[in-house]
Amino acid sequence: MRTAKATVGSPTAVTREYRRTPFGRKLWHQRQLALMSVPMLLYILLFNYSPLWGWITAFMNYKPSVPLFENEWVGFQNFVWLFGKPEFLRAIRNTFAMAAINLVFGFVFPIALALLLNEIRSLRFKRTVQTVTYLPHFLSWVIVVGIAQTIFAGDGAINRMILALGLAEKPVFFLGEGKYFWWLVGGINLWKECGWNTIIYLAAMASIDPALYEAAEMDGAGRFRKMFHITLPGIKSTFMVLLIMNIGYLMEAGFEIQYLMGQNVVMDWSQTIDIFALKYGINKGQYSRAIAAGIFKSLVSITLMLSANFIAKRMGEDTLL
Amino acid sequence: MTTLRAKADHGIRRRRSVFPFFNALGMLLLVFVTLYPVINTVAISFNDGTDAVRGGIGLWPRQFSLKSYETIFSDEAIFNAFFITVSRTAIQTVLNVVITAMLSFALSRREYVLRKLITTVFVLTMYINAGLIPNYLLLQRTLGLGKSFWVYILPTMLSCFNMIVTRTYILSLPEAMVESARIDGAGDFYLFWTIIFPLCMPVLATVALFVAVGAWNSWFDTHLYNAGKVQLHTLQYLLKMKLATTTNSANAALTSLDAASSTTNTTPVTVRAAITVVSAAPIVMIYPFLQRYFVVGLSVGSVKD
Repeated sequence: MRTAKATVGSPTAVTREYRRTPFGRKLWHQRQLALMSVPMLLYILLFNYSPLWGWITAFMNYKPSVPLFENEWVGFQNFVWLFGKPEFLRAIRNTFAMAAINLVFGFVFPIALALLLNEIRSLRFKRTVQTVTYLPHFLSWVIVVGIAQTIFAGDGAINRMILALGLAEKPVFFLGEGKYFWWLVGGINLWKECGWNTIIYLAAMASIDPALYEAAEMDGAGRFRKMFHITLPGIKSTFMVLLIMNIGYLMEAGFEIQYLMGQNVVMDWSQTIDIFALKYGINKGQYSRAIAAGIFKSLVSITLMLSANFIAKRMGEDTLL
Repeated sequence: MTTLRAKADHGIRRRRSVFPFFNALGMLLLVFVTLYPVINTVAISFNDGTDAVRGGIGLWPRQFSLKSYETIFSDEAIFNAFFITVSRTAIQTVLNVVITAMLSFALSRREYVLRKLITTVFVLTMYINAGLIPNYLLLQRTLGLGKSFWVYILPTMLSCFNMIVTRTYILSLPEAMVESARIDGAGDFYLFWTIIFPLCMPVLATVALFVAVGAWNSWFDTHLYNAGKVQLHTLQYLLKMKLATTTNSANAALTSLDAASSTTNTTPVTVRAAITVVSAAPIVMIYPFLQRYFVVGLSVGSVKD
């Protein structure tokens, strides 16, 4: 018994006696660890899990003034309403379109940039380029949208360039026409995050065994061969983990930029599911319908993440779960 | 170093590649595209207001003027917003760092009986999100946090992502240090505070930077909960309101230019640029010095547990 007690006191070595110790006794000996973690468990239950309870109101005609269970139950009526509403269907389309653009841009360009940065020999030049390209990541969306409105305005830098190069007769109204909106969001996102997203790939590239490059050089491989046959395979597992994670977050394609930049004239192209929910929930007070929209979004997210994880597992790749 | 460089150069000379030249050129173009909009904003903020409406300012002010800065600093609102922003950023950062470190330490102890349960509950929050409206109802109606400073602090004390990054880092530390401290009879608190916490500085610096940037740049919580209370407005929210008024009056400004500018000689364009500069400057000046840390922190995060 004395040994059991001693092991509990220094429990890093998990012995058989330790395993046999009752749960409550172990917990008592680990009370300092519990004190460091259980309050945060309660915190997360309150702030992250308790709002899930609000999901049941999606099946009601919820009015905040009425006690919860005295509200009228309406079954799936709110969902039926949503999917019969062209505005909501457009919001789904916009969310997916911008998410897809962000996903493709968010992988292709940072990986390409990381490959090119990796080829720079002057450390000082490389570091300077990196520091500069990280800058936009630290600017808030409010600032970025403000800057974008200046740059893309009728008399902004982009239009002056287009006119100077003779690409168009008159200024293009990037901000006032819906057809440009998705690509504008994609481009601005790229400007903001491309440099930042290279960090993780550069770290993965730095951990590739230099012997591989040396061996390839011996065999006469040039710069591009080494890129395609050593560097890219070397970052594959990082890429897969990030891909699964980003597919899980696909529906979070953005909210701030669309909210700040989408004026009424482009609303058909700018409104995402979140903005739809915000508008109907908070501005119009139709909580049940807004929550139903939110549930739809969460379910799609989880489905996407699980399928991406499943496919990755099937392909024998590293997975998140 | 020189011999290494010579060796590396030798490998390239053999192929007489033009690649490095075009690569460097491409990078310079990238630097220009990244910096142009930012420098342009700074130039506009230092330009005369009436003149700026004509547009076409590039990388340097056309008619230098400090009027916009005088305008924004003569308004007490910006000092108040600055104070609120700094307070929320500082409090949020300190709370996040301490809580993240403690929790990550507890969840990195393999013998801890609640480890699996608590970790699972936390990781699930990364995928299950109740959504905007249920969160709003919780904070606004159930907890009554609307129109209070606490709505900036309470919901943002912990991020699961930061916890996982920190925990991964702690798990990568040599176990022997913890062992020897335990043999000397150290309790978990003591162990955490004297050994683990100091060792975690690189990753905690990253966490601090992430949290601070997020706190400094957030405006949506102000918009949702504190819009009606001017004393609690943050810098970004102030700028967001200017954004709204500038866009709405963009066309009106051109027609009623004389009426608007004859009195103040500033238009929203330059004032907005000035607020942009003021609200972005602190972070832009700090982040290059923390680069070393966040690169390490992010790289740790990429390692799978």
